[in-house]
Order: sequence, then structure tokens, then C-alpha cells
Amino acid sequence: MTPITAGTSLKVASAQKRPIDWAKVLAHVILIAGSIMFLMPFIYVVSTSLKTAGEVYTFPPEFIPDPVAWENYPDALTAMPFDRFFLNTIFLAVGRILGLTLSCSLAGFAFAKLRWKGRNTLFFIVLLTLMIPTEVTLIPRYILFTKLGWINSFAPLLVPGFFAENAFFVFLFRQFFMTMGQDLIDAARIDGCSFAGLFWRIIVPNAKPVFAVVAIYVIQNNWNSFLLPMIYLTDRAKYTLALGLRLFNEQYYSQTHLLMAASVFVVIPIVILFFFMQRYFIQGVVFTGSKG
Amino acid sequence: MLIHDLFKPKRLSFWESLNAWVFVAPWILGFLFFTGGPILASLVISFTEWDIVNPPVWTGLGNYELMLSDPLFFQSLKVTTIYALVAVPLQIVVGLFIAILLNTKIRLIGVYRTLFYLPAVLPIVSVAVMWRWILSRDWGLINWFLSVFGVYGPGWLSEPEWALPALILMSLWGVGSGMLIYLAGLQGIPSDLYEAAKVDGAGAWASFVYVTLPMISPVILFQLVVGLIAAFQVFAQPFIMTQGGPQNSTLFYLLHLFRNAFEFFRMGYASALSWVLFMYIAVLTLLIFRFSAAWVFYEGEIKNE
Repeated sequence: MTPITAGTSLKVASAQKRPIDWAKVLAHVILIAGSIMFLMPFIYVVSTSLKTAGEVYTFPPEFIPDPVAWENYPDALTAMPFDRFFLNTIFLAVGRILGLTLSCSLAGFAFAKLRWKGRNTLFFIVLLTLMIPTEVTLIPRYILFTKLGWINSFAPLLVPGFFAENAFFVFLFRQFFMTMGQDLIDAARIDGCSFAGLFWRIIVPNAKPVFAVVAIYVIQNNWNSFLLPMIYLTDRAKYTLALGLRLFNEQYYSQTHLLMAASVFVVIPIVILFFFMQRYFIQGVVFTGSKG
Repeated sequence: MLIHDLFKPKRLSFWESLNAWVFVAPWILGFLFFTGGPILASLVISFTEWDIVNPPVWTGLGNYELMLSDPLFFQSLKVTTIYALVAVPLQIVVGLFIAILLNTKIRLIGVYRTLFYLPAVLPIVSVAVMWRWILSRDWGLINWFLSVFGVYGPGWLSEPEWALPALILMSLWGVGSGMLIYLAGLQGIPSDLYEAAKVDGAGAWASFVYVTLPMISPVILFQLVVGLIAAFQVFAQPFIMTQGGPQNSTLFYLLHLFRNAFEFFRMGYASALSWVLFMYIAVLTLLIFRFSAAWVFYEGEIKNE
């Protein structure tokens, strides 16, 4: 599929003196209205997060807070150890990036570039596991990790990552490596390069985009992840941001201004990442969509 | 089979094979311990009564019989199916609509794309917390919007007939990822097809129906299947926003399963629930593929690569 590159159409600025293209005007009108509809919930939440408790409950709502209650953010973030939740989330993200990129790319490399018996059979199993809903493994895994004594530790969330738990990533790496030329690989082999050396020196440096896509994916999933951390992490000191926010939602149910401040805080790192790494986010989605 | 394969005298290099097996070893172990093994275990557990603390008791098909007399099982199946049948087609229509608008060589496409896609990357727990406020009956954004048109909005999350529609509405905020996929698909349609349609006298609507839709149909099929599977995994939204209520009107399947497993510690029953879900999704997916031949168009030239 054609990759989307940012701003492809920016160059197609309409030449002056051309008659007005009403179809385009209509498209812009609909798109602007749609953008406002998509942005409004976020604006409303940010505006609520900057209001004083008394200002929140007014109807019709005021979108510009007066006075601006900046203190909501420190108030909300110190009401619970959000710094701790943040570090835990980062720790898990880093661990999962390490584990998943390493194990999935190695498997993808073997499936794409090495010749061995059993390759097709095993790759077929990889494709099959893509279709298994996570619910089916939820309970047996929980029992397994309970018996191993891993409950209330990061292990159940980290360890499977080192064992290529995400079949989609294996598939993604394999597809990407397949497109890499065989010549370079053959040349390296003739020069006496080992397979591990081949992977590390030829494949990895030439496959940076796919590693970036996977890393972004892992960060986003990790920020999003809720059910699994909730069943495995019981001690509040081990909570992730998602779990912390859920707890905050329960305990500060009626303090909407603080609650909105906390939820904006949880969202901001992903929004920042999104603006800087948008290309990789989009590529990831397009990869997924252009299917298996 | 593995060892045998390994030593078969072929032109395959032993050293290369050995390396390959080492490289896939983590995946194999992961598959055995974290996917394949657990799936089989889950099937066996579904025939038992087990609270993890005490030893499991074999009950045969007991859990599956229990399901037939569990009104909440049917309720959760109903809620999730309605959600899937309404939300997924809506997401496809809205996502495709935005993508088509963005595919018209329009200015500022990058800005629009960013705006429409942004909500889709936000963590779901935050989105749920935010939307509980946005949907608030007395002070929410949605009801303010309705009030501008003189409509007195309902208590979206507190009235049984409005809670599920509210969650469906909220899910449309996340159509951005689908939109990107359609956009990529649309940009892959060769422009000579449109030119040929134009020569044949097709207007905008005809070229949409006879060129765009057939060419994009494999992507729609894929989104339908993916959306369906995602619909059956909805959990955080009802868990945080409605706790399955009011009157179980948002008791999604996974929420029901979660309660049985992690609140009542009925691991056997919950495993049975997960297998029924697995089968249900598999049957629905098969049905979709079975009937897709009628409307999905494949052309050898268009490859999803």
C-alpha cells in the first residue's frame, strides 16, 4: 500500500484565478466542523481541569476558566503518588520494548531470511495465534502466575514480552525483513559473517523504521493497558498510570476539576509522543490495516 | 518431528537450521507456556469448579449447563452483540467518510489527519474518565450541545436505555485509526480507474459506487473483522463509567467474565465463558467471510503489501 507521507497534498496549493471548486469548499466545511466536534471533548476536559470547584458546575458551561486554577494540577498529582505511577509505567514500557523488539525481531529474522525445516509450519502457527482473543489465555495465565508467586510483581507483564508474546510483531518484522535484499546478506555470509553477526550488523541497522514502529506501538499499548495490570498489580506502589487514574476516579469521584486534571496528565505524554512521532504511529496503523 | 527434521540430509545447512531454531526458541517457549499451553489449560479448567485456593473439582459440562441458566450471560451476550452490530458499522461509515473527504487532494490534509487521529491514541482509561464528565446529565458537553437546539438531553449513563448508545457514540471518537487505514487504501486505488469511469460518463456518486467501494472492499472486510473482535474485548469503558449498569444495560461480555473470574473466583465458569466467546467470535468471523464473497472485490493487481 502506498505509505502516507505527511503533507503530500500541501504542495497542491490551488493556483490563483482558478474558479472556486465548490466540492472542495464543501469538503473543508465538513472537515472543519468535524475537527471541531473531535476537539471539543478535549477542550471541554482541559477547561474543566483549570476551573475552581465552584466554577465547574455551571450551565451553560464556560469554556474559558476565570480565574484559571493552575493549582488543580499539583493538587491532583500530589493527592496520589502519580510520580510513582508514572515511573512504573515508564519502567514497564522500557522493559516491554526491550523484550518484544529483541525476541520478535529474532523470530522474524529466522522466518524471513534463514532456510530451515519446519519454518512454514511454525509460521503458520504464528498466523493462527494472531486470531486468538486475549480472553482465552487470561485465566490460565493468571493461574500460572499465581502458582509461580508472581502476583503483585511486574513479572507477569514483563516476562512474556521476552518470549515474543506478540505474534503480530513477529509477523511485522518478518514482512519487513522479507523486503530486504538477499544480495547484502549473501555477501556478508561469503565474507564469513555469522548469522548472529548478520542479524546485528546488517539487518538491524537497515530496519530501524520497523523497530521504531514496534517501539511506539509498545509504548502506546502499555499506556493503554488496563485489565492485565489490574489483575496482576495489587499493591498501590506498583500501580501504573491507568490504574492510578482509575483509583483516583473512585476516590475523587465528586471532585471533577481534580479528576479532569489527573486524566489530562495521564494523556499528555502520549499526546507529546504522538506529535513528535506521528509518522511512526501512522505507519503502524497502516501496517496493521494492510493486514496479514 | 523437530529433531528428525533437523537431521534430514537435505541441501539445508545444519548450521543455518540450528541458528534458526535458536532464534525462534523464545517464540516457541512463549507459545508453549503463554499461549498454546494456556489455551488447552483453559479448556480443561472449563470442565471444573476451581477457586485457585482449593483443588479443582471436575464437573464435566456443568459450567456450560450453568451458562444456560445464567441470565447475566445472555444479557452480556446481548449487550456485546448489539454494540458490535451498531458500533462497528457506524465506525466503518464514519471512518470511510472522513477518509474520502481527506482523499480529495485537499489542503491541510496533514492537520486534519492529526486532529481526527489524535483521540484514537489516547489511553482508554483517561478517555473513559473524561467521557463520564462529557456525558454528565446536568453539566456535560453533549447535553449542553443538545440544549443549544432546545433538546433536553437524557442522563446518558444513568438511564438504562441511553447508556449503551452513549458508549457507542463515544466509540466514534476513536475512528481515527480506521480512517488512516481507509485513507491508505484509497490512495492505493490507481487513478486511471477514475479516469476511465469519467470517460464512461460516471459522476462522483457513480465512481464512488463502481470504483471506490469495490476497490476498498477488502479493507472494509478486514476492518469489520477487526472491529468485531475489538467489540468483544470492550472492558475499561463499562468498568469505569457504568460498572455494567444501569440495570446491566452495559454489562459487556468481558466485564461479566472478569467478575466471575476475579471477583467471585469462579475460574472454571469464567474459562467456560471465554471458550464460548472464542467459538462465538470464530463463528461470526466465518459467517462474515462466507458472505463476503458477494461484496468483496479482489483484483490481482491490488496487493496489500
